[in-house]
Amino acid sequence: MTVAKSNKPIVWGPFAAGGTITAFVTPVLVLLTLFAAMGFVPSLLTYENLHAFAANWLGKLVIFGIILLSLWHAAHRLRVTLHDFGIRADTWVAIAVYFIASLGTIATLFYLLRIS
Amino acid sequence: MSRKPYIREMSKTNWFFSQPRYTRYMAREVTCIFILAYTILLIFALKNLADGPEAYAGFLEALNSPLGILFNLAALVGAVYHSTSWFNVTPQAMPIQRGEEFVPGSIIVGAHYGGWALISLIVLFLGV
Repeated sequence: MTVAKSNKPIVWGPFAAGGTITAFVTPVLVLLTLFAAMGFVPSLLTYENLHAFAANWLGKLVIFGIILLSLWHAAHRLRVTLHDFGIRADTWVAIAVYFIASLGTIATLFYLLRIS
Repeated sequence: MSRKPYIREMSKTNWFFSQPRYTRYMAREVTCIFILAYTILLIFALKNLADGPEAYAGFLEALNSPLGILFNLAALVGAVYHSTSWFNVTPQAMPIQRGEEFVPGSIIVGAHYGGWALISLIVLFLGV
């Protein structure tokens, strides 16, 4: 008997992990950038402090983890949501959303490595 | 093939307005657009951080605008709706069994809300 192979576990892992991480941290991060948008820049978001945070390897790991998982969570959910909105070209949708997530992942890695 | 095939009378594009339950489902799913847009903002911030102090100052200046406030308010609503809808289904997504009994859902949901509050307070305390 052959078991049908599915790529679902690969996209489901980051989806579930990303959904959990964004549920815990995204609202408070938005609150910080909202303060900055209102003209009150939180100390973490000043150039000196954020640069120091991102220059540290642990800080890099935290930033990369949050962005990576948020991206892949949103990309996978967007794929399903576009189907729910009546767009049936799943292959093209999948290529587009995972392409955006890949691009974002590579860009994040690239920018993080430039900060030292 | 039957001569009178059953065709569900359901729109492909606005079916989710037909029942409040479906609308709540769609609202939950649509939060991903806010999460995606906000994550792209974070990547953009990171780019400017890597480019140096002047570029980053320019980013903060661009953020400090009515559009920046509006974007963040929308992202806040989307993110909070994602959190609550995500935590509320944790007992179904991740049931915990202790011996013969399942841990009550309210405890699992409550623990997630507690962790959420704690993480938010720590980030606010350290970050502001």
